[in-house]
Amino acid sequence: MVLDHRQHHLEAVRSFLSAMVYPLHVIVDFPQSTVDWFTENLVSRNTLQKEAEKLRKENLILQARQQKLAALEAENMRLRDLLDSSFKIADRVLIAELIAVDLDPYRQQVLINKGASSGIYLGQPVLDANAVMGQVMHVNRNTATVLMITDARHALPVRVNRNGLRTVALGTGKISELELPNLPNNADIQAGDLLVTSGLGGQFPPGYPVAVVTSVTREPGQPFATILAQTKAHLERSREALLVWTLTPMIGLDDEIASSPDEQVGKKPGEDEPDAGGAEQ
Amino acid sequence: MTLTPRRGGMVILLSFVVALLLMVLPLPEWARSFRPQWYTLVLIYWAMASPQRVGVGVGWLTGIVVDVLTGTLLGQHALSLSLIAFITQKLHQRLRLFPIWQQSLTVLLLLLVEKLLELWVMGTVSQPVPSLLFWAPPLIGTLLWPWIMVVLRDLRRKFQVS
Repeated sequence: MVLDHRQHHLEAVRSFLSAMVYPLHVIVDFPQSTVDWFTENLVSRNTLQKEAEKLRKENLILQARQQKLAALEAENMRLRDLLDSSFKIADRVLIAELIAVDLDPYRQQVLINKGASSGIYLGQPVLDANAVMGQVMHVNRNTATVLMITDARHALPVRVNRNGLRTVALGTGKISELELPNLPNNADIQAGDLLVTSGLGGQFPPGYPVAVVTSVTREPGQPFATILAQTKAHLERSREALLVWTLTPMIGLDDEIASSPDEQVGKKPGEDEPDAGGAEQ
Repeated sequence: MTLTPRRGGMVILLSFVVALLLMVLPLPEWARSFRPQWYTLVLIYWAMASPQRVGVGVGWLTGIVVDVLTGTLLGQHALSLSLIAFITQKLHQRLRLFPIWQQSLTVLLLLLVEKLLELWVMGTVSQPVPSLLFWAPPLIGTLLWPWIMVVLRDLRRKFQVS
């Protein structure tokens, strides 16, 4: 137990055993996936048409936004070139589905249906459609365990989107609640502030939304304010997850900031880019 | 005694597999913390009914599988299940003679011991202390014990597991 907790020596054993219990996971997931399959396949033509229409509109809007974004990104890169800083936002993503099994109720983690055979690596960031969900904790052959950002063992370097104030968001063990410790009472933060990943620690790509600050309590007697935040990702509801490969991680900052022991492993993912049918974003 | 062939290993294995399946079966959010410790109940039964076959080794193996299945620290359940198997094996002759309600009480004690060890491990790796609902599964397991006991006993007699 100590070996597993402290040094992660037993990853190989765990992944071997996971391959053996994989059938159990599949059996348990079977009813849910069958229901999903039926609801996907048995829809009326009318609904499909409506949905296609909706998607086409959404696509148009997103394309329009994308054009603007491309221009902005190019401009941003130019400016950064002028400032001589190496920094790129070019990520590659892969969509994975959650397997409907209950894991330990006192830990926030889920199982996804992509594993080492799809090029998933330890510590890989996982997003959903809205925001950051967590990171890969155990990689098996066909599955992987994702540790949610709300797990009590997880810490995520973030910054406040409004003014760039940097801090660390700790999980509380409660679903969709984060805590920001060690911010002084006079820190410029208020309820409603959006928190985005800061990219420090080199684990998560910078700029993804994480959570919204819900309450800031300032006790005059205490040195630090008590700040709680609500995650933007629907951790308890989403059925799909996006796995991200950061193509050029910020090497060099890695050693300075270490956020949690779990995030130490699997750094510099860009060096061995896995070829896994992901799409360029 | 030693010459009698060992029968029904498949039945024991199958009952463990079903218990493990029930462990990871998705439940609604409110019911999750009430999920009884199926694998412990099955282990207690077999350690009581055929202690020469199911003992500390099987307990440890089941625990490791549970750890991998539910993504806990490797060895957390193995430790507690080995202890449970050991105690049950020591007590099996007394347990068999108990009336069913007394048996249930003993099972409650064993289930509580398992939870206590789990809590201890969680505390050591500084996970947050869970709410009082953490103690609900042993109570539910106790209520389920008579049924599980009857079902498994009938299975054992039908397939003549020795």
